[in-house]
Amino acid sequence: MIRFENVGLRYDMGPEVLRDLSFEIRRQSFQFLTGPSGAGKTSLLRMLFLALKPTRGLITVLGKDVATLSRRDLPSIRRRIGVVFQDFRLLDHMTTYENVALPLRVRGREEASYRQDVVDLIKWVGLGERMNALPVVLSGGEKQRAAIARALIDQPDILLADEPTGNVDPPLARRLLRLFLELNRTGTAVVIATHDLGLMDQVDARRLILSDGRLDIYD
Amino acid sequence: MTEMTARWFDLRLAAGRLVRRRRHARQTPIVPPANVAGRALTTVIAIMTFLASLTVGAVTLVSDSAGRWENDISREVTVQVKPEEGLDMAAALQRVRTIALGSAGVTDARILDDAATGRLLEPWLGKGVDLDELPVPRLVVIGIDAHHPPNFSALSQTITAAVPAAELDDHRGWVSRLVTMARAMVLAGIAVLSLVMIATILTVIFATRGAMSGNRQIIEVLHFVGARSGFIAGEFQRHFFRLGLFGALVGGSLAMLVFYGMSWWTETNRATPEADQISALFGSFAIDWQGYVGVVLLIATVAGLTAFTSRLTVIRQLEAIDMISPVEG
Repeated sequence: MIRFENVGLRYDMGPEVLRDLSFEIRRQSFQFLTGPSGAGKTSLLRMLFLALKPTRGLITVLGKDVATLSRRDLPSIRRRIGVVFQDFRLLDHMTTYENVALPLRVRGREEASYRQDVVDLIKWVGLGERMNALPVVLSGGEKQRAAIARALIDQPDILLADEPTGNVDPPLARRLLRLFLELNRTGTAVVIATHDLGLMDQVDARRLILSDGRLDIYD
Repeated sequence: MTEMTARWFDLRLAAGRLVRRRRHARQTPIVPPANVAGRALTTVIAIMTFLASLTVGAVTLVSDSAGRWENDISREVTVQVKPEEGLDMAAALQRVRTIALGSAGVTDARILDDAATGRLLEPWLGKGVDLDELPVPRLVVIGIDAHHPPNFSALSQTITAAVPAAELDDHRGWVSRLVTMARAMVLAGIAVLSLVMIATILTVIFATRGAMSGNRQIIEVLHFVGARSGFIAGEFQRHFFRLGLFGALVGGSLAMLVFYGMSWWTETNRATPEADQISALFGSFAIDWQGYVGVVLLIATVAGLTAFTSRLTVIRQLEAIDMISPVEG
């Protein structure tokens, strides 16, 4: 689904922060992306969801070479990629329901056509009681689950999550992990960027380890 | 009675359904409707539109008054008959009047009678002056067809030949100076209006960009959940158009109220010396329809400008976060 071939990245005229990255995110696969702080996890994730161009190499997303994509093509590809940001990025003036429904609303769909799906998903992530709450009154874990629900609402082909358990206690982190595994079983490829070793040890999954700008893969 | 009650309940149920449906239909706007930056932007827009509208009104007023002065003066010339020994003043005035009326391009000629001449001289000589006892020059006021004016030098020569004591004053020196001054005033007015318009445009642009800076996160989130640029720009454009239109309407309406108030004041105080002074300069101080049309155009421009600036800002921000190359970006 996403393929990197000899990808390198540097900012301005500085040294390369990512070097010779070659890997593939396969359909329905599950993997962790890890490495020490500052190793370039977020930069790699940004390249995965088309927010950053590589300075060299080839990236193919859903069969399309990103170097040849025009700005017009980007939204339709992004709609097939769900992203969970480290800082949630929920819109503060909207309720949990409205935040989760946002991706469908921007696609111009009628609310009646998705209302039940959104309610079901919010219940599935355990926020049924917080449907009409604004983000300011939600706890860190609740915000995290709302952000995950928003990334999942349009059944993406790939889910990218940046430190999804960084703000929650271990029991909730395990619950969130189960949620990702369940999602993966339904057919979505999942990439979780984390440096939480405890979390990774709970699942026997592929690990992409970034260090000194290079990537080691442990299948 | 039971039927009435049943109908009443039906009505309440229908109303309840309607309210519930409306509540469902009303979604929170994607751009937050009211915040401090939005209110500050509306206030700035209202103030700038008010000032720019006042300038538009002032420029139309000055331009109208200048045109009126020019017209009034070029529509009349005077012939002065100086008193000389043995001159029959009444006959000389009558002769001048007859010659003037017989010339092409003259619409009317009237002799300024004793009472009117007395009124002209009143500030210097006081009331009740007997003009027959004083050697006072007398005037014949000649109305000119502004579109087909007479040949002034020929007219002057004919009059002087018939009545040597008569002298035609066509106010040309006066008129040319007044016209130059009036045109300079209109030019100065247009220059001031241009400066105020530039200041308004820049203020609106910067205030809109300031109000937009708080919305960067919303733009990013919409972008990464797959919204098209046109959708995001449209949402912000609509929101900022409403803010701009509201502010501009408030400012423009206040300015129109000021115009109307001034015109009403000069109308109602027509007899007082203060109003007389203002009327002498600016007529009734009324802004004509062009002034009001100018203000309406200004309101539309400011609202459109606010919307356009927000659209441009969104598109720029999207370009900045969209697939940036770390080297280029």
